This record gives sequence, C-alpha cells and structure tokens, in this order.
Amino acid sequence: MMRWLLWPLGGLLLGGIVHFSTVLWLPRTATQDAYSRLEKIAPLNSVVPLPAPSPENSLLPFMDPAFAVAVCRYDLADGPLKFSMNVSQSYTSVSFYTRRDLAYYAINDRAAGRRVIQLDLMTQQQHLAMPQEEDVTAADRLIVESPSVTGLIVLKALAAEPGLMPKAQEALKTARCQTQAPPAAGRKS
Amino acid sequence: MRLILGLVVAFAVAAVVGLGATWWTLAEGTAFGALRVGAWTAWPRTGTIGIDPYARAGIARTGQLPVGIGDGVAFLARTDEKRRLFDGRCDVDIRGITPAARFWTLTLYDPEGRLVPNSVNRHGFTSEEILRNTDGSFEIRVGPRARAGNWLPTGGIEHYVLMLRLYDTPVGVTTRSGRETPMPSVTTEHCP
Repeated sequence: MMRWLLWPLGGLLLGGIVHFSTVLWLPRTATQDAYSRLEKIAPLNSVVPLPAPSPENSLLPFMDPAFAVAVCRYDLADGPLKFSMNVSQSYTSVSFYTRRDLAYYAINDRAAGRRVIQLDLMTQQQHLAMPQEEDVTAADRLIVESPSVTGLIVLKALAAEPGLMPKAQEALKTARCQTQAPPAAGRKS
Repeated sequence: MRLILGLVVAFAVAAVVGLGATWWTLAEGTAFGALRVGAWTAWPRTGTIGIDPYARAGIARTGQLPVGIGDGVAFLARTDEKRRLFDGRCDVDIRGITPAARFWTLTLYDPEGRLVPNSVNRHGFTSEEILRNTDGSFEIRVGPRARAGNWLPTGGIEHYVLMLRLYDTPVGVTTRSGRETPMPSVTTEHCP
C-alpha cells in the first residue's frame, strides 16, 4: 500500500520541477512580448512614434492614453548609442528595457534637470573599453549601461489634457538615437 | 506492468500539478513584493531589473511594458474594496487622495488591457483635468450612464480593471502601505 503512495508523491515532486522550469522558460518562448510586437514597426536605432492606443487598436496592452509615446529599438553591436531629446513642457520620461522587456533604467525631465535629456547608452564592455580620460572630462555626461546588446528605449511625454496631445507629440519629434563611431581604440592618455 | 502504471500516474500528477500551478500563478498574479492598499495593488519591483521570475513570465505573456521605477508606479484594481469584481453595469465611486506624485493618471481597461469604447471617447483622467473638492480630494464616478462631475464611462462591459499610475513619485520598492500611500477608496454604490 505504501509503495503505491510513492508514485503520486514522486509525481508531485516532478510537478514542482515542471512548474519552476516552465515559469523560467516562458519568457524565452514568448512571441507576443513587447519587443517582438514593436519589431514590426520600429527599425533599428531610430525614433518611431507609436500610434495612440484606441479601443480598436492598441500595439501593446495597458498603454497609458494620456501620453504620447515613441520608441527606439536599439542594437549596440556596432558601438554605443547617443540619445538626446528636448523635454516637453509637461512631464517627460525616458525608460530603458532589455530585449526581454525588463525595465533597467528610467529618467524623467526633473531628474535630468535640464531642458535636454542627453545620454550615452553602451554595454558594460564598451564602457570598460572607453578611454579613461574621456570618462572624467565627461563628468556631466550621463552614461547608461545596457545589460543586453539589443533593447528598447521608450520615450513618453504627458498630455495633461487631450488638447495638449499635439504639443506632446511635437516634443518627441526632437528625439534622436544614433550609433556613434566607436571610440578610437588604443588611444593613449 | 505495475511499474508502467506507476510511471503513468506519476507523470500525470506531475503534468497536472506543474502546468496547473504555472497557469494559475500567471492568471492570478503573485504576491511577491506586492504593495496592497485597499482595492489597489502595485508591484514596484517589476519596474526594476530585480523583477521576480513570475512577474517576468507574466509580462512576456501579456506583452506589456512595465513602468520603470525611475518613471513611476502603477496600481491595479480589479475589484472594489469588498473584493467584488468590477462590473461595467454598476456605479462605482472612487474617492479620496493619492500618494505624493507630480502627476497621476487613472485609466479604465478591459481585463486584457484594451481601452473600452464609449460614447464620449473618455478612457481616463489625469491629475490635471480632474475636478477637485476644496480640500484637494476628488471623487470619480465610474459607471455606464453619464453623471455630473468626474464621470468615467464603462461602456457597459461586463468586467473591467482600473489602473492608477503615479509619475515622478517617492513611492517605490521600499514603500510599505501606510500613511505614505493614501490611495482613494473604491466602493460599489449601485447595481441594477
């Protein structure tokens, strides 16, 4: 009798393993995640405005309709990325996501403290490879390290009331995201 | 024969328990790092690189982009304070104040995260456009029929969810529910 109980008990343990492995494995198999959905409309390393969400059509679920949104789908394989954007009159933010849609960094207009949000995005290796002196002189330059080579930059400008939406969209048009020439290798300090 | 039967039982139990648990946790959402205030729940950690594997799987499945913690925090409500699922045919009152934030927005979605069609094309409010009482508190009426004041139409759909997003806010991963997080109350007033 006891012997027979061991089978379902073993099954229960195995079930636990199945549960944990499917949860960990799921993000790798998702084909409808945010990055994949944006892949269709957003070319690499350029800023593309997203259509405003409507009941009939929304590119991503749970988009905030009070915001004008644009994305830059980036690839750092060819070198670091320079990002700049004028802040709008209302709330403006820039969020960074990895290829698997993890939010690893976000900054808003007030934290940036200036009329322009300006930063360099690079992988850890690229940051380490940067000539040291450049790192120091650029103390006021914001450097963001991306944990993945590809990912998403999401730009948002708030339209506090519907009439302000064109202004918010206008602010996003000032945004640039471009690969910069890789730093000259082996330059002596 | 006994061995084969035993293995079949073991694998069947494993499949049902394992896949069932995965499906259930993704459908219900997990309690890890949840900040609950009344009817509202936020998962501030999902906006960081320290997101837990369950929230990660959930995001990959639905295709949403979580609000980054340097940007803001999103509070979700599926039910009123008495744990009754929101019904688009009922009148629901949202009353009170929000935690400190430079801006906030309140948006109504269907359970899949789509906006809901309605006659006035209104899907939510921002902190700037809301009508307030003299003490700064506000009252929003969510329901199928037009009302005076801040009316948020449900379009009469069966179930909906509400999302209150705080932007540029001190509320974050270390916040505990309490005086710092005075979320508005959510009560069902009237149901046909």
